Order: sequence, then C-alpha cells, then structure tokens
Amino acid sequence: MRKLSLVLLLLAALVMSVAAQDAVELRMVWYNDGNEGEVVRDLLDRFEADNPDIKVVIETVGYSDGILQQLPLQVQAGEAPDLARLTQFAQLRDYYLDLTPYLSDAETFASYFPAPLLAAFRPDGDETGIYGIPTQLTVTGPYINRTLFEQAGVEVPSDTSDAVTWREWVDAAQAVAEATGTDYAVAIDRSGHRIAGPMISSGATIIDSEGTVTIDSEGFRAFAEELKRWHDEGLTPTDVWLGSGGNYAPATNYFLNGQVVLYMAGSWQIGNFDANIGDAFDWEAVPNPSGPGGSTGMPGGATLMAFASTEHPAEVARVMEYLASPEVYAEFTARTLFIPGHLALPEFEYVTESESAAAALNVFVAEVPKLADQAWALQLYAHFTPLANSMRDRLTQYMIGELSLDDAIARIQQDIDEAIAAAGG
Amino acid sequence: MAEGGGIRGEYRVRRTLGDVVFNSVVDFFDGLFRPIQALIGSKRMPYVFVLPNLLVFVIFILIPMILNFSYAFTGGQQFFLADRTPVGGDNFAHLFDCGNFLDPNTCREDTFWIAMFNTVWFVVLQVGALVVVSLGTALVLNQKVKARAFFRSVFFYPVLLSPVVVALIWRWILQNDGLLNALIVAFGGERLPFLVSVGWTRFWVVFISVWSQMGFYTLILLAGLQSIPTELYEASSIDGANRWQAFRRITLPLLMPTMLVVLVLSVIRAVQSFDIVYAFSNGGPGTATTFMVQYIFNTAFMPPNQYGLAAAASLVLASILLILTLIQLRVGRQSELA
Repeated sequence: MRKLSLVLLLLAALVMSVAAQDAVELRMVWYNDGNEGEVVRDLLDRFEADNPDIKVVIETVGYSDGILQQLPLQVQAGEAPDLARLTQFAQLRDYYLDLTPYLSDAETFASYFPAPLLAAFRPDGDETGIYGIPTQLTVTGPYINRTLFEQAGVEVPSDTSDAVTWREWVDAAQAVAEATGTDYAVAIDRSGHRIAGPMISSGATIIDSEGTVTIDSEGFRAFAEELKRWHDEGLTPTDVWLGSGGNYAPATNYFLNGQVVLYMAGSWQIGNFDANIGDAFDWEAVPNPSGPGGSTGMPGGATLMAFASTEHPAEVARVMEYLASPEVYAEFTARTLFIPGHLALPEFEYVTESESAAAALNVFVAEVPKLADQAWALQLYAHFTPLANSMRDRLTQYMIGELSLDDAIARIQQDIDEAIAAAGG
Repeated sequence: MAEGGGIRGEYRVRRTLGDVVFNSVVDFFDGLFRPIQALIGSKRMPYVFVLPNLLVFVIFILIPMILNFSYAFTGGQQFFLADRTPVGGDNFAHLFDCGNFLDPNTCREDTFWIAMFNTVWFVVLQVGALVVVSLGTALVLNQKVKARAFFRSVFFYPVLLSPVVVALIWRWILQNDGLLNALIVAFGGERLPFLVSVGWTRFWVVFISVWSQMGFYTLILLAGLQSIPTELYEASSIDGANRWQAFRRITLPLLMPTMLVVLVLSVIRAVQSFDIVYAFSNGGPGTATTFMVQYIFNTAFMPPNQYGLAAAASLVLASILLILTLIQLRVGRQSELA
C-alpha cells in the first residue's frame, strides 16, 4: 500500500512538473498606487489554478522610471512585455495587439467598455480593433486634511458653497496652515496632467474641437501665475516642483505625513490614503475648484494593454478575457477602491470600513459628469504626453525665473508644434 | 622523516597537477591555433590574437558610433534606423539655429545651449576644484602624519561607492526636511533651499562630484609626489629654499606630467557628467544643472523621442571632446619638450 502511494505521488509530481514545463509564461509589467498589485496577483493565482497551461509573471516597476521612462523604450526597441499596465496609452498606439481574433466573444468583450476609450487605444486607420482594457478610471481632484481645518477653526469652503475658486481654497488652507503650524497650505503633484484640470477650470482653452492646441490664453496664464505664487510665498513644498528636475514627482508623502492642508491629486490615491493614514487624521476628497472654465478635473485611468510582439497572443487574450469578466473586474474594483471603467459590472460593495474612503469615492464619482469636454479631448489627444511634459518643465523654468511667462508659453507652443511635426503629424 | 616525506610527496602531486593543467591549456591553444597558422601563415597570426579585443571594440564602440552618425542625419520618432526618414543636416541646423549664441533664449533649441553653457561652467569649476583639492590632499597625505594609511583609505572610500548611492545619500542630507536642514533648525537657523535654489544646487553638484572623485585623483598625484627624488628637497634645503620655494621650483614642475594626466581625465569625465547629477538634481531646478549628456538622454528617451536631434547633439559633444583632448595632448608635448 505504501509502495503504491509512493508511486502515485511520484507520478503526480511528474505530471505536475511536465505541466509546469509546458505552461506558457506571460510577462506583465505593472505599477502600484495602492494594493492593486496584491489583488491582481491573487486573482491571477486563481486563474492559473484553473488554467495550468498559463503562468503570468508580474514585473512590478516604479511608475515614473518604469512606466513613463523605460517601458516606451523597451516597446520601441522590440522588447515589449506581453502585457503592461500603463497610463499614457496614446503614446504606444502602434505597438498594441489586436485581441479581436483571439477572443472567444469579441463583441461582448467590447461591450464591457466605453466605446470612445476603446477607440483611443486604436492606431490611425483602425476602427474596430480591441487592444486593451481600462483597469480603472481616474479623476483628478483635491483632498483636504479636515482635522487641521477643525483644529484651526476654519470653515471648509466646500461645506457651504458649491463653487469655490482655487484662490478661496488656497486662502482657507493658508489660514489653516498658519493657525496649526502646518508646514504647507497646498501641494500639487509635479505633472502636466495634474495642472491641466485647474488650467481648464481657470478658463484655459488648450485644445479645441478640431484638436488644435493653443497654449496662450487668459486661463492658462491665470493658473500659471497662481502656481508661481504658491512657490514664491512658501505655500507649497518647493521640493516637489523645483527640486525634481525633469521628472514626474508626487506630493503624496506631504499629505500622508500631515504636512499639507490641501493636496491636488486624484481618485487613485483613495486606497493608499485608506491604508496608510488610518485614524491619524480625517481626510476627505472635495470637488474640483471652480472658475471661468467650470469645475473640472482631468479624466484618466490605467489601462492593461497587450503588445503585438507577444509570442502567445491566444494566451494573452485568455488572461484579458478573465480580467475583463464582470465578476473578476468587480472584485478587483471592490478591493482596490478604484472607479471602474466597466459598463457591465454586477452590483458590488467596496471592501472598506473607512467612511473617508467611501465618501471620497462618492465625491470622485460625482466629478465624472462635471468633466469638461476639453479635459476628455486632452486626455485622449495623441500628443498629450509631450504636451504635458513641456507644460510641467517650462512652467518650472518660469517659476524659478529662467523664463518669463510669455517665453514659457511660447516655448510650450513650440515644443508641442515640433512634437507633432516629429511624429509626422 | 615520514612527515618530511609526506610534505615532499604532496608537493610533487601539486606540481604534477599544475603541469597537467598547464600542458592541457597549451595543448588546447596549440591545437586551436596551429591549423589557423597553417592556413594564414605566421605573419598574419598577430591579427588573430587581437581579434577578441577588436570584436569588443567593433561591437561596443565602432558600430554604435556609426549608428549614432547615421541617426544624426535622420528624423522622425521611429526607433529603428531602417524606418527613419533621411533629413540631411536638418538636425544640426536645428541645434545651431540661434539669434545670438550667447543667449540661449534666442535659440530654437534653447535647452541644448543652456546645457552647453552649464557644462562649460561645471567643467571649469569642478575640474579646478578637483585638481586643487586633490593636490592639497595628496601633499598632506605625502607627509609623515599619524594614521596616514587610514586617512588615505578615508579619502579613497567615496570612489568605491556607486554614483547613484552617492547622489541619493546627499539628496537625503540636503532636501528640505533633510539632515543638514534639521541641524540648521536645531541650532536656531532657517532652512536653506539646497535643492531648489539655482545657486545652492549648482554649488552642491560641484561639491558632491569633487567629493566623490577626489580620492582617485589624490591617489594618482600621491604616486607622482612619491616619484620625486628626496635628494632634490635635501639639496634645496641646503641651498636655503623655504617650503613654498621648494614646492614651486621642485614639486610643481616635476609633478606636471602627472597633473596633465589628472587634467585630461578629469576634464573628459566632467564633460561626460551624467549619473550623479541625474540622480541628485535631475538637471533641476528648471535647467540649472542640465548638462550635455542629460540633454542628449532627455531628447532621445523622453517623449517626443527625437533620436536624430540627440544623435546630432552627441556628435557635437564628441567634437568638443576631441578638440579638448588634442589641445591637452599638444600642451603636454610642449611641456615635455620644454
């Protein structure tokens, strides 16, 4: 009997090792804002248990270095992973895999996601291809440290008004910072995407319905001057914008550490704040400030894209179908506290006991209908990455005095015109 | 007797093993090269021996150089050369399209000229400081001071550190909430904008690169100092020369060949500065510490990925380095003749 057990055990081990050897290994490049890496790993473990012929290796990288800088180079050099989670999807539109022939039900798959988003993934001339899935939608918007407002005895402006301007918010935050001895009143990530919403709210018309980009406008100038004022008057941590050279830099840690009263970021930070602030202080998401251009943030999101250079398109499509299936997507969304980009989810509840997180989700969901058309147009614009980078870097030059605002605006216009020309546009 | 015999026996075994290994290696190469020699003749055999190094040179130096040269005359955002559009000298025309070469704001590619001027001041300040500090340190370490070996190690230690580690450590020390500002605040002072003020950041970029490299150049100068015969100093002392005179008339002239090596190496390295600055200030604030190599890196590898323009800029940089090296070699030869 013992001999038989031993033989069976050996046979099982042999079968398992053969199966493991036969498994197709897919490389998926991933970055994390919060716990989404753990969640997707857990979901994929279940997928692999049901599909022993596929193994998905998650390669976790930093957002700035790994996703913004290295991934585009790897892709252009023909070293793309099989799958990657990224944000600037327009930049790599010529390198994605059309999943349509490999999906078991392409029509249903496409019906899960907003058509304009699927269209934005496609290269020029393609009107039907399916190249990826949005893993979440995001909306930019501010967070406040409500505990500091209470300690200072300053009223939160949005408690009594639906239309609070940037200036009113920053004045209130400054009063709070002064009363509580907090280091800074306001912080905003060093990112062209992050300042685009406030620019549009301030009345900037960066892109028109024809896709023409014009930088110089009163609204653009107004918010550029406001941003400079924050730096000149010591209202914001200068390390973020001035001390980060030519890179994206988040100001998240200042908010997490209670060093700033008002922080302009976006919905993707909810999970991070929920996990890391705990009960250190009460935090809240508040509606985007208002101005002549409305009250808009910027839409955005992360997408999971398949790359055409993969040697295993059928297996990639199976992984995509699994992650896009309503039940799996709903679980991913519920556990990560993301805003879903899926149109056919079953009813689900976010996995959090935090009232702050639930309230913040509601605030950001309410921001979606307020997003300006121009904000959507910019986000889906093929040259938004070079435009956003130029806005970020040239305005930094303006803030430290290397350029006048006139020169900075002229340079941004020149940069984007040359980027379009370089792309053959 | 038995013990001694044992030792001799072990020695014999070891030698035999060594012989076997040596003979095997010789036989292997003999077997490899003899047919080649028979084929091409003994006169051409030296080419076979330099072939491995030549291959490394061709793959890692020559081919990239040719590729870089080719990219410089193409446009577009395509990565592979075959997919790119020939544009003639457009990239060079773009770089040199300037109203006034001394004012980068009048240039079409302003960041190229800002990076060029930044590189010039950095080379002058960094190399100047590096040579002076390294020479001073070498002179001190050449004296009979206590714990001399310890101090030599201390000054050399930063050379062993990775440039990224050096940059990150200094960044943590100097950031707004860093160690140095904490000390300043603890002593009742105000925080200083070490990483966000143009002047401070430039100062620290020079300081950190000098600190991290001086050990290497100190070692070279120390070797130069130790090769000066002590009899010369004894003779000068008998003649009544003081220490300054001995330094000016003996040390400096005899150290000149070593100084020239230090100068050539440090200038080339300063012009190529990238890693420490990239990790420390990333070229900021604004473009205050953006040097040529970072400009080339950003132009090529950040959207909109202008590989052609970056390749043209790197050819300009290579030309500058070539001219500098030729000048230094000429000066070196003249001083040798003198």
